[in-house]
Amino acid sequence: MFVTVLDVLIGGLIMGGIYALIAVGLSLQYGVGRVLNVSHGEFIMIGAFATWSLYTLLGISPLLSLVICGPVLFMIGFLIHRTLFQYLRDQSESIGAFADSSLLASFGLLFIIQNIALLVWKADIRAYSYLDSSVSILDAVFAVNRLVALLFAVVISSGFYIFLTRTRLGKAIRAAAEDPTTAQVMGVNIHRVLAICFGLGALMAGFAGPLISMIYEIQPTMGLEYTIIAIIVVVLGGLGSITGSLIGGFILGLVGSVVTYFDAGFSLIAYYVIFILLLLIRPTGILGK
Amino acid sequence: MLLATIPLYVQPYLIILLTTILMYVILTVSWAIFSGPTRYISLASAAFFGIGVYTSALLGKSLPLPVVIVAGSLFSFILALCIGLLTLRLRGMYFIIFTFSISELMRNFLLWWETTMTGTVGRWVIIVDHMTVYYIILVIFALVLLTAHLIRRSRFGLALRSIGEQEEAASHIGINATLVKTITFAISAFFMGATGAIMATKWKYIDPRIAFDPLLSFMPVLMAIFGGTGQLFGPVFGAAVFAYLEEILTTKFPYYYMLLFGSILIVVILFLPHGMVGLVQKWLKGGLNRQNANP
Repeated sequence: MFVTVLDVLIGGLIMGGIYALIAVGLSLQYGVGRVLNVSHGEFIMIGAFATWSLYTLLGISPLLSLVICGPVLFMIGFLIHRTLFQYLRDQSESIGAFADSSLLASFGLLFIIQNIALLVWKADIRAYSYLDSSVSILDAVFAVNRLVALLFAVVISSGFYIFLTRTRLGKAIRAAAEDPTTAQVMGVNIHRVLAICFGLGALMAGFAGPLISMIYEIQPTMGLEYTIIAIIVVVLGGLGSITGSLIGGFILGLVGSVVTYFDAGFSLIAYYVIFILLLLIRPTGILGK
Repeated sequence: MLLATIPLYVQPYLIILLTTILMYVILTVSWAIFSGPTRYISLASAAFFGIGVYTSALLGKSLPLPVVIVAGSLFSFILALCIGLLTLRLRGMYFIIFTFSISELMRNFLLWWETTMTGTVGRWVIIVDHMTVYYIILVIFALVLLTAHLIRRSRFGLALRSIGEQEEAASHIGINATLVKTITFAISAFFMGATGAIMATKWKYIDPRIAFDPLLSFMPVLMAIFGGTGQLFGPVFGAAVFAYLEEILTTKFPYYYMLLFGSILIVVILFLPHGMVGLVQKWLKGGLNRQNANP
């Protein structure tokens, strides 16, 4: 009994850590930049497949890929925002109109990225084994890769939290999230900060992708599911609240782990039910204003 | 009128193509009935369509076709009323993701139900010949156009537009915003349900992934924006062009279809924010201005 509880708990923390990571990325893109980036999951998928390719073809360790995928995706995200979303933002009459048009544009990105991935990697389900020896903690047995993924997810998200709260750029980002116009008056280069935010969202996806590929099966159409989970977590934590997304990620991961223990097919349904109830009862989320 | 006589002189393939195009036109026009003037972007089209499809699959064997279609429409109508009453408080992004989650919840729940409770994922639907499907689709098309036109011209349509402009102001001048929104949402769902019920008979085999395909929610939005939601003609035009384009792209470039589709989508959003109809209007207006301006 105790072993089962521990198993479900650690499983939940691992899922939660990854959910927190991807949700923080999305939260930054939407909370600051007002882009509900539905192609977020595609960035995760690209990270996961790049890691798979590097590992199976060149033997590069997935943990090294983490350091490669993150910055590369950051640059791609930065450039996409600088061109596509900045143009849309300048064209839009209101921020509401921008939110709608950027949502549709990111659907376009979703189709494009997914199609490119399907052409490059085909539609097959992929997986590889890395660090798959097991350790036992208090009689419960865990694969090492899962624990490593959890460790990295926690380290990355805490590092990111410290970056946002302690550095000058982090402060500029939070200022832009509160009030873009005033931030601009105070000397924040808003276009640059928004592009950095979008890039940081992609960076988080670039970190999450390799971790996901280490412990779960991957396929080119996996993106949307992760996007939806990220959206649920972001709303759960309160739109725009980074801390909320971190907490929300772990809550959803634990719930998912418990539900999966009883019936694996039911976890996505449980997420939607939680989400719909949340929107009806408390749409501002746990830490929303 | 012209569309009704077409089957007399073209090949069966064209009838099937026209049926698909009309399906998208109906979905898009009914989406635009609600989302066009109110600017509440709904991603629940797949839910209403899917309800129609499953009504057809469950009742099709025991009831005559017209009854099945009406039943499918009514079930969608009722679901939309419930969703409408539940989502009173939600606006903007919350409304968009709520409607999306509803249809995804239904899809995932049915998938789970069919695999664990009934054991088979898919269901067979009684087949109806292509001509009958085509004529029924044509009738629904005529009805949805008529409804959209009447709503646009009525005081009801005016109320919808004022909700879209500013909801608080609309409430202050005595519009029951909740009632107006909910009823319009349900009317738009009615036609989506009808379309789902008849299209199921064309597909023969259905499962939750086909019936509640998220693309069915996205396509009407894209098509309506592509055509322009300001005019009645916009969504019709957008859907017809887009559906034809999709058909061509999927058959000619099956491997690059999504890539091309996504690129077109981004180009449309970047350069045609008011859609094709908006472009034509701007072009006409620009032409007039140029005539009036001094050289």
